[in-house]
Amino acid sequence: MTKKFKAAIIGPGNIGTDLLMKAMRSDIIEPVWMVGIVDSPGIQRAEKMGIKTTTEGVDGLVARFDECPVDFAFDATSAYVHRDNAEKLNALGVTMIDLTPAAIGPYCIPPVNLNQLMAKGKVDNVNMVTCGGQATIPMVAAVSRVQSVDYAEIVATVASESVGMGTRDNIDEFTRTTSGAIEQVGGAKKGKAIIIINPAKPPLIMRDTIHCLTADEPDKDAITESIEAMIKDVQRYVPGYRLVNGPIFDGKRVTVSMEVEGLGDFLPNYAGNLDIMTAAGLRTAEMLAETWLSQ
Amino acid sequence: MNIQGKHVTLHDMCLRDGMHPKQHQISIDQMVDIATALDQAGVPLIEVTHGDGLGGASVNYGFPAHSDEEYLRAVTKEMKQAKISALLLPGIGTVDHLHMALDCGVTTMRVATHCTEANVSRQHIQRSRELGLDTVGFLMMAHMISPEELLEQALLMESYGANCIYCTDSAGYMLPDDVTVRVELLREKLQPSTEIGFHGHHNMAMGVANSLAAIAAGAVRIDGSAAGLGAGAGNTPLEVMAAVLDRMGAHTGVDIFKLMDVAEDHVLPILDEPVRVGRDALVLGYAGAYSSFLLFAKRAAAKYGVGSHQILLEMAKRRTVGGQEDLIEDVARQLAGQ
Repeated sequence: MTKKFKAAIIGPGNIGTDLLMKAMRSDIIEPVWMVGIVDSPGIQRAEKMGIKTTTEGVDGLVARFDECPVDFAFDATSAYVHRDNAEKLNALGVTMIDLTPAAIGPYCIPPVNLNQLMAKGKVDNVNMVTCGGQATIPMVAAVSRVQSVDYAEIVATVASESVGMGTRDNIDEFTRTTSGAIEQVGGAKKGKAIIIINPAKPPLIMRDTIHCLTADEPDKDAITESIEAMIKDVQRYVPGYRLVNGPIFDGKRVTVSMEVEGLGDFLPNYAGNLDIMTAAGLRTAEMLAETWLSQ
Repeated sequence: MNIQGKHVTLHDMCLRDGMHPKQHQISIDQMVDIATALDQAGVPLIEVTHGDGLGGASVNYGFPAHSDEEYLRAVTKEMKQAKISALLLPGIGTVDHLHMALDCGVTTMRVATHCTEANVSRQHIQRSRELGLDTVGFLMMAHMISPEELLEQALLMESYGANCIYCTDSAGYMLPDDVTVRVELLREKLQPSTEIGFHGHHNMAMGVANSLAAIAAGAVRIDGSAAGLGAGAGNTPLEVMAAVLDRMGAHTGVDIFKLMDVAEDHVLPILDEPVRVGRDALVLGYAGAYSSFLLFAKRAAAKYGVGSHQILLEMAKRRTVGGQEDLIEDVARQLAGQ
């Protein structure tokens, strides 16, 4: 039997609960703690699922750490408290998977750069960028690993109901973080990100358009093959990651449009933007754990 | 209708909304020429930005001939009395763009969201107000929700610091009664110090009629565009609006004959195609789709061999919002059965 690595989830909201449900199915990650700050429905749900809980925040987890130590902590709280959470838990040797916009650690898009991050040495904190980043940067990277991309632009269209107040209060953070990661992780010289929020009912499934402008004439066959391979890689953790159109080649422009349907664990199916964050977070922990096992 | 003696601020759109039919290719010289002529005609407020707002330069919406900064710097320094505004759509532009625009001499910042999504504008409206700018909350596609829902969103923008709220008919869908009920409710429930504005599109040829309804209901700022240059069938033709207001005894401070000259001698010569209520624009207004989809639908129609008006009908049916230009090609492809 494979050794399981234990994990805590900080933040029992929609994201934390969805992540918990996904992690329960993992072969290699075992969720053992749900960390909240009040006795909330999320805490109660976690208890019913047989998970240890604390409502004393990360301090509560630290105080009772020896009861059930963890290798990973997924932080689904906010950028403001992540730094503090990370300091306390890193000190206990816990690897942080940061789903907040804090981005203390390097950006991580699992099929694109996690292997590179691991090659650099011990990873103690990775940041999951943004939902738009998780959904689109694999496509940018699929083009840039074939040939040089001068400019990449992504348009993420999401259902109004799937955009929480954290994102709404600081939507510039989405724009800046995603465009930064398009460059740093996606490999484009210049990145741009646009987010469109649509309130239609029934809510629409997350839709993303990715445009890349290549430096030279695009190698159509190689790019198409690379995109198809990358879609398969993402589908390993987000089965509803689907190509809608493309790649379309127009001069040096390569355009792909994608639809991201979630698994509907705790979050509704249309919220593929949230699902891809929780799934990518879990996938990151799994890849790290697999590597540790093989070492 | 009696609007005798009312004061109305006319706000010209041809160097922002007019960027759509020009595919964002207005030259610096043309922009300065038109802005200067509008300034001389006494138009108090002129918008200068990429059609999709600050930071709109993109594959998705089109790369402009020049950057927002180049346009703004060139225009603001030539203005004698007119003030310059810029449009910002959170999700496309950021507070960084706002700072740039301020540095260029912009004094009115218009922060635009889809009519149900006002709460993405908090950081931009707050910052704009902190910087002392005349700050407008611009609620787009306002025909898609009830007056009560629109009010709810307007109150949010007002609470962030907007000193003026717009009812924006981005699709040119509204009829005068639709405007009346919305503007009346906003006027009744917002702070007396908050101004109300109306932005029309002429897709159902209702630009002037809707703007009059807005004024009668309490709006004091009216958007229009010299020669109507704007997305879809264009905006409310500003020179017509000014002439009508003059006949009705409202005050705009604009020299209507000079404004007619701007439209005729400065704007018309730069049009690539007539801005008129063609079939596509009429469908935009009739069905309620975002006006700047028009040229994208025409291009996709040519590529996939389907009717551009059919694409626009489908875009309306799917309840798309401003900015979803990237869906047009998919819709065209699906209509073509590919």
